[in-house]
Amino acid sequence: MSFNLGNTTISSGGPPSRRNTELALLVFAVLVPVFAYANVGLAMDGTIPAGMLGYGLGLGLLAGVTHLVVRKFAPYADPLMLPIATLLNGLGLVLIWRLDQEPALKPYNAAPTQLMWSALGVALFVGVLVFLKDHRILQRYTYISMAVALVLLTLPVFFPPVNGARIWVTIPGVGSLQPGEFAKIVITVFFAGYLMVKRDALALASRRFMGLYLPRGRDLGPILAIWLLSLMILVVETDLGTSLLFFGMFVVMLYVATERTSWIIFGLLLSTAGAVFVASVNTHVGDRVNNWLNPLELQNGGVTETAQAMYSFGSGGLLGSGLGQGFSRLIGGIATKSDYILATVGEELGLAGLMAIILLYGLLVERGIRTALAARDPFGKLLAVGLSGAFAIQIFVVAGGVTGLIPLTGMTMPFLAQGGSSVIANWALVAILLRISDTARRPAPAPAHNPDVEMTQVVKP
Amino acid sequence: MSELTLTVMRLGFLAVLWLFVIVAVQVIRSDLFGTRVTQRAGRRGPERPAAARPQQAAPQQQAASRGGGRGGRTKRGAPTKLVVSEGSLSGTTVALQGQTISLGRAHDSTIVLDDDYASSRHARIYPDRDGQWIVEDLGSTNGTYLDRTRLTTPTPIPPGAPIRIGKTVIELRK
Repeated sequence: MSFNLGNTTISSGGPPSRRNTELALLVFAVLVPVFAYANVGLAMDGTIPAGMLGYGLGLGLLAGVTHLVVRKFAPYADPLMLPIATLLNGLGLVLIWRLDQEPALKPYNAAPTQLMWSALGVALFVGVLVFLKDHRILQRYTYISMAVALVLLTLPVFFPPVNGARIWVTIPGVGSLQPGEFAKIVITVFFAGYLMVKRDALALASRRFMGLYLPRGRDLGPILAIWLLSLMILVVETDLGTSLLFFGMFVVMLYVATERTSWIIFGLLLSTAGAVFVASVNTHVGDRVNNWLNPLELQNGGVTETAQAMYSFGSGGLLGSGLGQGFSRLIGGIATKSDYILATVGEELGLAGLMAIILLYGLLVERGIRTALAARDPFGKLLAVGLSGAFAIQIFVVAGGVTGLIPLTGMTMPFLAQGGSSVIANWALVAILLRISDTARRPAPAPAHNPDVEMTQVVKP
Repeated sequence: MSELTLTVMRLGFLAVLWLFVIVAVQVIRSDLFGTRVTQRAGRRGPERPAAARPQQAAPQQQAASRGGGRGGRTKRGAPTKLVVSEGSLSGTTVALQGQTISLGRAHDSTIVLDDDYASSRHARIYPDRDGQWIVEDLGSTNGTYLDRTRLTTPTPIPPGAPIRIGKTVIELRK
């Protein structure tokens, strides 16, 4: 394994494939949720839950399938991403099942549905790894993916809003999907393909203005238009989280592609202006901001969900109340299993558990960025940074919203929270990252033995 | 369930969760410290990690030869991929699927060479009507070498012959 960073070469001393490490971690990652499952059953009913064997086998089967597929189709891929994703998905299933035991919370029996969605996500993961032989193929579909992303983003406008946000597509008989989750991946492909071609123009052909580098309009035009359009769609759909995600990803990728700090400054200014504008115009977003600023204000004779989430974090304390022994049912409403699942983690596992979960997400993002560093081609680098950036921003937006750092925006915690689209899309995202990482970590082929080499005219200083 | 059991399980679960995090970090650690950093040849000194490479790369070579057996769709013995075997891009492979491969420092090249001795549009490799791969120099400053000869006309590539552009060596492999 060898790859380039600037003008140094990094080559690994260890064995190139880490598949056995991955297998060991995967076994660990399946056992931890099974332990959690038993813990919930013992705490709530005093017995080991009846479905434990089936659940453990189901999760183990999913993990086994993913491992075998990675072993066959991406043998040099990163050994950490798959176990972390499996652990988070498994813990999410346990937490949802635990909340299913509270009769007050809707939707009932969300855990079996979530297990089915996870299986579908794993199927898509397998599909991506089997059929996407080389991530550079995606580069050919730069502009097609732009069109697909726009269609995915506009689709929910034609469907009725759910809980004030038009982010759902309802297919009768099948269920509802959030196309925004898939648009996240598709638009990253577009940004990566476009910025790879245009990054020199964006970085070098610029005018200096007040210490900032401003690019020429014609270089920036198309991408700014896409951004404005997607932002407009999202304002119409009143989904602040997704709009924040897309804009953040756009700024991250521009910064990585051009190495110009001015993009960060622009991005922060624009997003602040945008957020203030949307909050003042749109009542749905305005309510969210109000709940964030005054969480303890009584509304309709009750306490806001934000305040309940804060109480649950407080009640959890440092080490938590123990799985199955918290009171997160008091958050009520429909969002306990999806948006507010971190509040349950915070109460039942305490600060220690919450930090472990956030660290796991951090490690997943770190592996993504490490993949970007190791990738040899600029498209792969940008794609890996974009995907892991999107993942990181989504976690920040959700965790920040639940803990009261920023207004809650209605996104799902990847893998952990209930939500079919989110689980499926994030498994696909991990699959693409693994594909890039497999290409990047693949050892360099040996130069062919050629006795005439010294006679060839070689330019070597 | 007794209070004590539940407390033990609660703390035990947190311990297991953190153990997973620590094990994961250990895996990353071995990834970080299991690497050697060498200055790229040509800038500072003559050392190159090539000496250590053949050993590690042996499994890859096997994998490559296995891959050739399956991908022999076009013609028996026809190369299926282009491999950069020396230079800053070493390790890059491009599948040969009948498309023209352009080489050079220009950003729209199929293989973007980060090589001081390469021209922006240096050379191209393309299949002729019989499926034979041809390399053509596109008027580069420092020339393209097939084996030992500097190219003047489009030339068919014999199997295993190295193509040199500056410090970069490219081969067609099965």
